[in-house]
Amino acid sequence: MMISGAEIVIRCLQEEKVDCVFGYPGGSVLHIYDALFKQDQVKHILVRHEQAAVHAADAYSRSSQKVGVALVTSGPGVTNTVTGIATAYMDSIPMVVLCGQVPTQYIGQDAFQECDTVGITRPCVKHNFLVKDVKDLAVTIKKAFHIAATGRPGPVVVDIPKDITAQMCEFDYPKTIQMRSYNPVVKGHLGQIKKAVQILQEAKRPIIYTGGGVILSDAAEKLTQLARKLNFPVTNTLMGLGGYPATDPQFVGMLGMHGTFEANNAMHFADVILAVGARFDDRVIGNPEHFGEEKRRVIHIDIDPSSISKRVKVDVPIVGNVSDVLDEILKLMDGSFKADPEVADWWKQIDEWRGRKSLAYRQSKHIMPQYVVEKLYEVTGGNAFVTSDVGQHQMFAAQYYKFDKPRRWINSGGLGTMGVGLPYGMGVLMANPDVPVACVTGEGSIQMCIQELSTCKQYGLPVKIINLNNGMLGMVRQWQEMFYSKRYSQSYVTSLPDFVKLAEAYGHVGMRIEKPEDVEPALRKAFTEHKNDLVFMDFIIDPGANVFPMVAAGKGLTEMILAEDL
Amino acid sequence: MRHIISILIENEAGALSRVAGLFSARGYNIESLTVAPTEDPSLSRMTILTSGSDEVLEQITKQLNKLVDVVKVVDLSEAAHVERELMLIKVRATGKDREEMKRMADIFRGRIIDVTESTYVIELTGASSKLDSFIAALDAGLILETVRTGVCGIGRGDRVLKV
Repeated sequence: MMISGAEIVIRCLQEEKVDCVFGYPGGSVLHIYDALFKQDQVKHILVRHEQAAVHAADAYSRSSQKVGVALVTSGPGVTNTVTGIATAYMDSIPMVVLCGQVPTQYIGQDAFQECDTVGITRPCVKHNFLVKDVKDLAVTIKKAFHIAATGRPGPVVVDIPKDITAQMCEFDYPKTIQMRSYNPVVKGHLGQIKKAVQILQEAKRPIIYTGGGVILSDAAEKLTQLARKLNFPVTNTLMGLGGYPATDPQFVGMLGMHGTFEANNAMHFADVILAVGARFDDRVIGNPEHFGEEKRRVIHIDIDPSSISKRVKVDVPIVGNVSDVLDEILKLMDGSFKADPEVADWWKQIDEWRGRKSLAYRQSKHIMPQYVVEKLYEVTGGNAFVTSDVGQHQMFAAQYYKFDKPRRWINSGGLGTMGVGLPYGMGVLMANPDVPVACVTGEGSIQMCIQELSTCKQYGLPVKIINLNNGMLGMVRQWQEMFYSKRYSQSYVTSLPDFVKLAEAYGHVGMRIEKPEDVEPALRKAFTEHKNDLVFMDFIIDPGANVFPMVAAGKGLTEMILAEDL
Repeated sequence: MRHIISILIENEAGALSRVAGLFSARGYNIESLTVAPTEDPSLSRMTILTSGSDEVLEQITKQLNKLVDVVKVVDLSEAAHVERELMLIKVRATGKDREEMKRMADIFRGRIIDVTESTYVIELTGASSKLDSFIAALDAGLILETVRTGVCGIGRGDRVLKV
């Protein structure tokens, strides 16, 4: 039976078991929206800005194993998605973005709402397509889902001209797809894996350093199994939090620019690093020359060969899917593995570093932001999905909310995109209905996608917004305080809205919390009495609170500034 | 170090911009780039002349392989290979220079492919260094225009880049 291109798009989504797309209609996608209207299998969430559609689709992916989908119109619809696409690309999030385009015969003529979608998105997608023939439409969408979800995942854009969505064609959705140019490696090289096991056995000061790859390949359980067997310390990157239970005694905390004293020292002085789905980026190892001063052997498991030996020379590269490679390692280690007795001394050293209590923070008559996150953890029993924006509040959430499970910590790690928190909350709730979702944010970030309060009202998405309000762009102010002689250039936010009234204007619940003793009751009220409401909690926090420990840009990992140094 | 990278890539719209974009986005150097379809019209072959340390070259190869349209990548200069470049050069050819130009073209085994009363167009093929020497050997004032294809290359013997 012949169906229209628009119907083909919807049928493809149904075949891919997509239950929800985030989008915004417009001229070039009207046929697709019409086809969407005539069915009820694929739900549509109407956002208030295309950027939020992509962020929400991104979080839908991050918080589940499914591929998030966004649908937008041509021109400004597409350009508004670019920040969201780049955000997902930096964090390797599988996502498909379907974009309308002006009719084929108008392309290149500066038509109304025309832009070069493929050109504009090219540097921030895993791949993109322009569909030029309705006969290619189904197979292109199949390819898009395949490419997005396999190998090192990433966003894929499909640009669909309006005339293609009107043309009629037989619908035939391929079951599988073969591409001669795209065959990502899954299984690790057995010889390399054997070498790795040997080195782990010889390690005296080992550390397991893991990142977002563990989450993406759903390997948290295997990692935990391996770490317990080895009895080695484990540290997570910002993207890797939840990949190993944070309440486990083997966990030494997050590492990097705002990592714990013990994690950064253990990483720096380790003689063997087992890097799993992490990429030694600048926020993690600090100055690479300083990091390179210690002699060590590095084993690196990653699905992307280009992540290996990019910033740190690797001794045993293992290209493969983290989950498959960990399986192989576990199999090889069965029974026979015996760690070096000197590892016990290493643990003594680590415990000594732990004794510095680098996450202790000063007391204040004001609300301390760290305290809010600690209370949030207690009130939610550690079971919330926590989204965040970017800045001090993001680091406080990462440091003080102990993530025991993967896919619970949803933030923009690579690109560092302010404004993601609220749409991330929407995406999480669409993928996981009825879970508690907290959006830890600041008064700067939340205003970057504040319009989504309206979307949350329309679809009844009860995100709990934890606004850590210091009236300052906190992280910028922290750097200005420490490195620019307290010249607070443009980091003070005046004329803030009354967030309580703002929340109420959108039909939500607003609260303003100014005293430390009110923090816990407010949170309890939000998560129980207002379980089904969006609650905007405006916490007026100590304006001087800073994030510690801190490795200043360009400094070595062990050259940390600790809270008590100041 | 100078390297010649050969790439087999799906012959699709935008393939060239993906490769060129990768080089500019990551700060890699392109000295020359040539591209044309192969005997299989669904594939294009690209030759890129680049330079960089071993680490940079390792990254270039890996990043190219990561492009979804790229089928195969090989660093030709890692082993025995031949390389050629084509140049068309338009020179003033009047008076005594007319005979001299003809002689120079013969010495470099070039061919004169267009003749007017005052100009020649000389076609010259060879390694890039030979083309450079030819230009150096001519009186600069007589060169009206040059155009070069950039390097293309192929492995010697059994070394074959094919799907």
